[in-house]
Amino acid sequence: MTGEAASVLTLRDLRVQFGTPNGPVKAVRGVDLDLAPGEILGVVGESGSGKSVTFLAMLGLLPKSAEITGSAKVNDTELVGASNRLMRSIRGRRVSMIFQDPLSALNPVRRVGDQIVEMIRSHQDISKKSAASRAVDLLGTVGIPQPLQRSEQYPHEFSGGMRQRVMIAMAIANDPQVLIADEPTTALDVTVQAQILEVIDDLRAQMGMAVVMITHDLGVIARVADRVQVMYAGRVVEKTNVESLFANPTHPYTEGLLRSIPVLGHQRLIPIPGSPPNMLRPPSGCAFRPRCPYALEECAGEVPALEPVGASESACVRAESLNLRVLT
Amino acid sequence: MTSYQPVHESREFESFDELYDVSEQEGLDVQTLTPRQLAWRRYRRHKAAMVSTFVFGGLVIMVVFAPVFARYGVNEAVFPISEGPNQFLEPQSVAWFGTDDIGRDIYSRLLYGMRTSIFIGVATGIIATIIGATVGAISGLRGGKLDDGMMRGTDVFLAFPFLVAIIVVREFIGGLSFLEPVIGDKTSVRFIIFLLAIFAWMGVARIVRGQVLSLKEREFIEAARAVGASERRIIMSHLIPNSIGPILVALTITVIGAIVAESTLAFFGFGPQPGSGGTSLGNLVLLSRGGATQGNWWLVVFPCGALVLLAICINFIGDGLRDAFDPKMDAAK
Amino acid sequence: MLRFIVRRLLWMIPTILLVTFMVYCAVRIGWNPVATYQRANPRASEEKLQQYKDVNGLYEGFGGYIRGYFSWLWAFIQGPDQWPRSIKGSGEVWPTLRYSLFNTLRLAGTAAFLGIGIGLFFGVVAGKRPGTWIDSTVNSIAFFVGSIPPFVSAVILQLAFAVQLGWLPAAGIYPPGNQGFDPWLMGKHMILPVVVVAIQTIGNYARFMRASLLDVSSADYLRTARATGLSERQVLRRHTIRNSLIPIATVVAIDIGAILGGLIITENIFNYPGMGVFFIDAATTGDFPRLMPFLVIITVSVLIFNLLADLSYAYLDPRIKLD
Repeated sequence: MTGEAASVLTLRDLRVQFGTPNGPVKAVRGVDLDLAPGEILGVVGESGSGKSVTFLAMLGLLPKSAEITGSAKVNDTELVGASNRLMRSIRGRRVSMIFQDPLSALNPVRRVGDQIVEMIRSHQDISKKSAASRAVDLLGTVGIPQPLQRSEQYPHEFSGGMRQRVMIAMAIANDPQVLIADEPTTALDVTVQAQILEVIDDLRAQMGMAVVMITHDLGVIARVADRVQVMYAGRVVEKTNVESLFANPTHPYTEGLLRSIPVLGHQRLIPIPGSPPNMLRPPSGCAFRPRCPYALEECAGEVPALEPVGASESACVRAESLNLRVLT
Repeated sequence: MTSYQPVHESREFESFDELYDVSEQEGLDVQTLTPRQLAWRRYRRHKAAMVSTFVFGGLVIMVVFAPVFARYGVNEAVFPISEGPNQFLEPQSVAWFGTDDIGRDIYSRLLYGMRTSIFIGVATGIIATIIGATVGAISGLRGGKLDDGMMRGTDVFLAFPFLVAIIVVREFIGGLSFLEPVIGDKTSVRFIIFLLAIFAWMGVARIVRGQVLSLKEREFIEAARAVGASERRIIMSHLIPNSIGPILVALTITVIGAIVAESTLAFFGFGPQPGSGGTSLGNLVLLSRGGATQGNWWLVVFPCGALVLLAICINFIGDGLRDAFDPKMDAAK
Repeated sequence: MLRFIVRRLLWMIPTILLVTFMVYCAVRIGWNPVATYQRANPRASEEKLQQYKDVNGLYEGFGGYIRGYFSWLWAFIQGPDQWPRSIKGSGEVWPTLRYSLFNTLRLAGTAAFLGIGIGLFFGVVAGKRPGTWIDSTVNSIAFFVGSIPPFVSAVILQLAFAVQLGWLPAAGIYPPGNQGFDPWLMGKHMILPVVVVAIQTIGNYARFMRASLLDVSSADYLRTARATGLSERQVLRRHTIRNSLIPIATVVAIDIGAILGGLIITENIFNYPGMGVFFIDAATTGDFPRLMPFLVIITVSVLIFNLLADLSYAYLDPRIKLD
């Protein structure tokens, strides 16, 4: 694994809290992350686990009611508490983001070419004309046929997969170092999903850009990710590489996730019982405790920290003693 | 709880309860309220709507029992002309709100006038809501040519300057002599209710249609269709109950719209002449015209004030109802 | 797009014919032009009455309505000097109608410009920061203004500023006896009527704009725009306001009717010689030769503005299918 110094994106104890009339909701409760140049890091978790919020918070894209503490550095630039001006120079330039639903993420009444041009020109001082020809090139790069004509069209004239390609073209317009992909394939057909992942993987290889792949779909992780962080209730509960994630999960929640994906020729699916905790009043100790089949008294005590277990790190006190396996 | 099959049969865990009783662990509110109770709770939280409800309720009681609350008869002078000039008296103890051009008490006449006007408003509102909700539901549900035609027709109709359109329609239906036994003479209260309803149902229809279009996409309507429910049944037992919020809001808009429209018509001399036994707010508001130019301020302030008070109360009630039937309001507050 | 416009324009012709025919029938049934003529000219000879009927095409029976409509239409499109004359004093209709029309357009233009402009401004101010004191202030003022019928604000302003305080003229377009054109005096007479209509318009548009802005504010593409590094100001200007103006454009076109409607009421109160006074006068006397041109002008402009609303919507929102 690459050392700290080479990390393009570093999160340390990042916390996000929303003030609500019923009390503060702690959506992210101390996340650490290191991202090496050119790697794809998968971030997995159920909806509400804080995986998207972590990155939206980092880029300052959350509503004002969000309180963000800790540290988030892009190279050596600190983003937490950064000025609006500094934040804008990072967004879309050094860190880009693509979203789940490409139809609603693009302005429906502006031509896609113009939207890419806007992205380019908000960071580079170039003429409209050369920005426009760059936009056409970008559309070609992400595999959109007839990019010149297509750049004159509106988002609703594209298919779902093509729209997501437009989003990617827009995101890479300023050669960012980090691409944050927030569930980029969730809204797409299965066949199209694979193509989009391929585009992202190719671009990573060509441009040396690091990718954070936020998803709840372990299939996506298996296909593209190098390393994985599993999140639950606003915390990272397991950090590992993609091989040991599937072979030797070290956290009961990871095991639960793996058991709830269908595998041909194997026993019935086993869903994780219950639902994610209410973040207004998260359970004491390990947040997964109420749903965990292995939970003991001691799990209710201190919040378990990530500890190395083999090739992985796990935030389960019983990680060493449990012999978690997926395919029994 | 007992119907659950344990999923991790071979695993160690303390008890089923701990495993499954997630709601308790999460500290979720398990207190359940029906949608109607929730709506009522949201309505009560809208302070202006609550105040308006009481003010409007008070006004309704006063006008229903107008003979009790009024100080003089509707056409009675405060004192006979033989005892001195009684016209255009400023507000004073014999006439709290002053007197009009023939010495009648404005306060008492306002009570009787509001009685007629609130009746016109509510009657118009009910007729328009029934017609509008039905047409809107059918149009939204059927879609296609019928829907296009209706929307286009009402669009054009509502785009006409209101006063021009209503005066033309008033003369037109007043000129159809075969209608007279049903809707009465052009100057009757019954006629004005029908006239206003002709205009008011369209607004309601558009609101209900919008609601139906969004409900139509929802699964329970699909499901009802799939099991072969008739259109009538879908409208009566699914669409109308689920549109009750927007319909009630439309009703309040229609009621106040009708009251204001009646006043406007009367202001230009096209209003009802409710016989010797009554008057309407419009007939009193008409006084403000001369009142303004001659400087008789009480003839402007009290009738117009009564109209604006009614408008604000009913609008606030509508606003409260809109919040009450909007589940998003819980998250926002 | 061009084909769409041409087709919609061609459709206008039968629509105008149909709607004006309906208006024609409504006026003939509603006012009974023969009776109103006799009422206005009780001593008119049989010959004169017949001449009035012929000129206006007032034939009897169902067929008579159709024949009458076309004969009226023929006279109408031949130009104002062929139009039948008013039943009161047989004056020419067009000179007064044109005079009223321009007086009203001057009021309507000023009121719409001020009302829509200021209204949109307050709508943006309020919608930009929902839930703040500015928002609730704008909202409650718009709410109260929306609850006051225009004739009420008209008489109250008239009583306060013209009669009690004497700052502004209470009625008319010029003081009695004034000769010639005087923009200063004319402007002074326009203030109160314009304010009455503008207040209503400001309230309406502040609410429309606020609602539209709030609608757009939750859109995902604003997050994308922020993620591209645009400043809040740029996001607001280039995306939020632009997109929320699309539905407003349609409202503006349709709303011309409402603004004219408000003016008809206001003009009558301030005795301002515009379309409103013209119409109420013609409607009260049942003056068929004056009512018809007025109603036809109103009808055609309503239909044209409706068309403009459709076209602007299709032009501004590429998602609308042109068929």
